[in-house]
Amino acid sequence: MIRLEGLEKIYGGGRGGVTHHALKGIDLSIDKGEIFGIIGRSGAGKSTLIRTINRLEDVTGGRVFVDGVDIATLSNAELTIFRRSVGMVFQHFNLLSSRTVYGNVALPLELAKVPKDEIAKRVQPMLELVGLTDKSDRYPSELSGGQKQRVGIARALVAEPKVLLCDEVTSALDPETTQQILDLLRDINRRMSLTMVVITHEMSVVRDLCDRVAVIDDGLIVESGNVFDVFVKPAHPTTQALIANEIEASLPKSLRRIIHDGPGGPGENPVVKIVFTGPNAYDPIISQLSRTAGIDFNILAGQVDYIQNRPFGILFVEAKGGIDEAEKAIAFVQSRNLKAEVIGYVDPDSVPAG
Amino acid sequence: MSTQILSLLANAAIETGYMVLIALSIGTLLGGPLGVMLATSGRGELFEARVFNRVVGGIVNATRSIPFIILAVAIIPFTRMVAGTSIGTSAAIVPLTVAATPFIARIIEGAVRGVDSGLIEAAQAMGAKPLQIVFKVLLPEALPAIVLGLTLTTVLLIGYSAMVGAVGGGGLGDLGIRYGYQRFRPDIMAAVVIVLIVVVQLIQTAGDRLARRLNKRVR
Repeated sequence: MIRLEGLEKIYGGGRGGVTHHALKGIDLSIDKGEIFGIIGRSGAGKSTLIRTINRLEDVTGGRVFVDGVDIATLSNAELTIFRRSVGMVFQHFNLLSSRTVYGNVALPLELAKVPKDEIAKRVQPMLELVGLTDKSDRYPSELSGGQKQRVGIARALVAEPKVLLCDEVTSALDPETTQQILDLLRDINRRMSLTMVVITHEMSVVRDLCDRVAVIDDGLIVESGNVFDVFVKPAHPTTQALIANEIEASLPKSLRRIIHDGPGGPGENPVVKIVFTGPNAYDPIISQLSRTAGIDFNILAGQVDYIQNRPFGILFVEAKGGIDEAEKAIAFVQSRNLKAEVIGYVDPDSVPAG
Repeated sequence: MSTQILSLLANAAIETGYMVLIALSIGTLLGGPLGVMLATSGRGELFEARVFNRVVGGIVNATRSIPFIILAVAIIPFTRMVAGTSIGTSAAIVPLTVAATPFIARIIEGAVRGVDSGLIEAAQAMGAKPLQIVFKVLLPEALPAIVLGLTLTTVLLIGYSAMVGAVGGGGLGDLGIRYGYQRFRPDIMAAVVIVLIVVVQLIQTAGDRLARRLNKRVR
């Protein structure tokens, strides 16, 4: 559906100004009907990248094909028509404050000179889809962030696009609203078999929404693949860092403070991080560990997620013994094709009870 | 106060209103598009035309830096060409319009530039043509600021209209100068001042109210 070949973008350069190489040769292929995530830190080039897909941004080198058409060859008039087949949703919603919810959703059709009565027929189902039928006559300033983004989504879909571009659509929203918007987008993808490109800096958005993901760093794709695989076996340091941000959040601050890097002092216990994925993720690993290593394990923190309906868990345990027993436990975990490592040491007395 | 003074006042007020309204209308007709073009012709903007932007911006600045009373005298030949005469209320509309146009252009430019660039981007992404962006996005979104700006222009023009008495224009200012000052009639001077204060107050209040009603951004 979308194919990017050797995409390059260089900003500036006029009159000896500073140039910025935002995209340094991007190759990507996005299939029809899939939700493709592009994740990266701010400044990695992801916003530039998504803007090349509807030519809001002209490329310096390389080509963009959408539905088989090289969009650089489109005339201005053709570009206008083409853009109607690509919807876009923005981080800051970009709604017209002078128009009601209805007026905002109707705008793309007005621009395409669709007759008024037909506009009404097409806007209503969109408002229903995003659950804002009762807010039709309200102005954006009267809505919450989540409601505004729903209007943005309805507006992007009203012209029945083939592709939906989502530029950090949940970054301005609180976690609960984020989840609702992600659910809505998932639902829309299934119902309309719409191809979606999702730009984000949050791994959780990729985890909860996308089928495949590409990690962009400094203008290059450093890793891409199925979301589950990338999540479970991140190869590139940037990917690992992005995922670590997610995981570390699951280790409570109070614990992070008392766990220190080795070597462990006398009486201190190793802390082992165990990552559960794949076919053995359901194994009763803790009780097996105790038996194999001959010591007890105290669970400090943990979480189990489901990514694309497959379990993916992380557990932080305190090995009630020395480093030798901990190593034995790690060897056992690894023999089960799960990952484990000592991440630090902790004084058992400082571990909060319970 | 005698009926004679009242009729003088009423006549002068009508003349002022006539001058200001016509100058404001023509000024908006000319300055409006100019302002939109100034706001959209900069580097990387909708109708990029940087030479045009510089030249028009320069002319606008030059016109605005000339004190109105000097402008009114300096363009008397032009006034005569346009209005057929350089004396009278109708002739005074010419310098008022010449002063109003660049002022309004800057007002509109500022109002249009105040529109969030994200909205332009969103409109482009929807497949809006440049003129559609102007009429469907920029002007509606800038409307509250434009109304406030035109209110300001109206008040400014009322002030200027008092000066055109110097070049043979009529109106409240002329009445104040000729009767109030030159004929030593403080009562007429006071009446003129009061009428001006009330009129300006009414215009400002009406403009503020209208702008607030149009502004859907805050509730």
